[in-house]
Amino acid sequence: MGCPLGVPNYPAGPVNHFELSQALGKVTDVPDPDALIRASGLTKRFGQFTAVDGIDFELRRGEAFGFLGPNGAGKSSTMRMIGCVSPPTGGELTILGLDPVTQGAAIRARLGVVPQEDTLDVELTVRENLLVYGRYFGLSRQVIAERTARLLEFVQLSERANDHVEPLSGGMKRRLTIARSLINEPEILILDEPTTGLDPQARHVVWDRLFRLKQQGVTLILTTHYMDEAEQLCDRLVVMDGGKIAAEGSPRELIDTYSSREVLELRFSTFEHDQAVEKLTAVPADRIEVLADRVLLYVDDGDAAMAGVRGLALEPLTSLVRRSTLEDVFLRLTGRRLEDG
Amino acid sequence: MSEQPLPLRILPAPLLLARRGSLGGRGSAHLIERHARAYRRTWLVLASGFVEPLFYLLSIGVGIGELVGKVKFDGQPVGFTSFVAPALLATSAMNGAIFDSTYNIFFRLKYAKLYDAVLATPLGAGDVALGEIGWALIRGGLYACAFMVVMLAMGLVHSAWAALAIPVALLIGFAFAGAGMAATTFIRSWQDFEYVTLTTLPMFLFSTTFYPLSVYPRPIQLVVDCTPLYQGIALLRGLSLGVVGPGLLWHVLYLAVMGAAGLAVASRRISRLLLR
Repeated sequence: MGCPLGVPNYPAGPVNHFELSQALGKVTDVPDPDALIRASGLTKRFGQFTAVDGIDFELRRGEAFGFLGPNGAGKSSTMRMIGCVSPPTGGELTILGLDPVTQGAAIRARLGVVPQEDTLDVELTVRENLLVYGRYFGLSRQVIAERTARLLEFVQLSERANDHVEPLSGGMKRRLTIARSLINEPEILILDEPTTGLDPQARHVVWDRLFRLKQQGVTLILTTHYMDEAEQLCDRLVVMDGGKIAAEGSPRELIDTYSSREVLELRFSTFEHDQAVEKLTAVPADRIEVLADRVLLYVDDGDAAMAGVRGLALEPLTSLVRRSTLEDVFLRLTGRRLEDG
Repeated sequence: MSEQPLPLRILPAPLLLARRGSLGGRGSAHLIERHARAYRRTWLVLASGFVEPLFYLLSIGVGIGELVGKVKFDGQPVGFTSFVAPALLATSAMNGAIFDSTYNIFFRLKYAKLYDAVLATPLGAGDVALGEIGWALIRGGLYACAFMVVMLAMGLVHSAWAALAIPVALLIGFAFAGAGMAATTFIRSWQDFEYVTLTTLPMFLFSTTFYPLSVYPRPIQLVVDCTPLYQGIALLRGLSLGVVGPGLLWHVLYLAVMGAAGLAVASRRISRLLLR
């Protein structure tokens, strides 16, 4: 499918070169005719509460696109609108060139959805879950049987095919949900907090499977409040906070734009904390972030900054030099930490 | 469903609303397929729906029937068991539909998150409502057939009109499944199911199940005349005992409208609850 919308949005009549060059100056201003999802001014309100507040984004074929933000940032509401199970209150949303309000069923037929909360059918076995779900898409039993064998292999659940869903571990249920979401060979896979609630080992297994899907060219759109998940999986992401998009870019670009190369993390004893913060302003740093229990110095060279701290006769309880992460980007953009919500 | 063309003409607005969220109903068959598969392992639960009215028939119909003897129906003396049997068929059609459309749907709606999963697929709220009612009717139809076999074997069927008893039992099921499902979308917790029992139990006891309407004083007769179960009992009793007239069509109309309205409300409410 070259162009889901049929005709690209070129201006009619003579081209104003000044305007065109203005528009091309910023890449995000050019509508991508190959965009699988296009949202502009997308808004979702529940009564007085605005969950999603006029966001713009585009999803391109083959990319892994993420929404990073704390709980309540509007990520799930956005995913539900994309999944065509929640009509937008305002703005425009086009999915696969179709309108989610009037053509929801046609769009859903081409989406795969991994919801935040498992919605597996506990009255059925692992294999039956895929069978019944595939039937909802109108697939033949034969097609489903072929795909089921492959998908259970892929999510490492072949041995549990005839077991009931209830005794499976959280990680297994998540993997089964991923297998289920792939039964219709979707063009876009939507994952809402794919590893929330899983233990670290189970998370890594899920990440590994999602990474493989990405390498096979599946277009992923996911939400997360884990910065490591966003860094591992996303080619491009938006940082979301309070229903708005605060920044957009690849994880690397975001870190380069909004943070320094390194971060020096210092921890002082509680009575020295305030005093130390005052003195630290003497250390040359891009920015100093004071948290309840730590002080973060955003610098190019963490070791040099540490030497500067020692030069002020300050002895922190602990000190750590690390590279900047998306967590720092989020802190810079919103003044809060991701897990604060 | 053969009853559908009728309410379509009477209630165009709600049915149009019901259709807006649906695929034209084809998707609902997949939900029915899911239920059939889920119940394959718990067929004993299915069997209980047949046993219940049978026990009533044996204890009250046959047991108490021994003491009662004959009842007057339409001026003719009728054996008590023959009098009670069609009413028990109507009651079991009601109970089966109510159980399926209240407890089961509430569980799927609130706990199993079945519809959340279903609505992420091409199926819509209309398919869910239609699929659930379709399943309730299939189940109710099986019970009605089994009960009719027992009635025939016990010699309790007195007219060829009784051949219509199965479709009428399905119509009763449609009416109560529609209403039950619509009511379930308003239910907040398991405690609220007391209201369901509070509605169905008195209907079972007082809707002329065990004695004719003439027993009551006129004002109470009018009240009973308005209850939905009475429509079903009057229909089935008339057919089973061969007392048939055009008046029975009012009962058909009542039940068809009740089911169609319930279906329309249920489909809209499922939309409002899950597709926010």
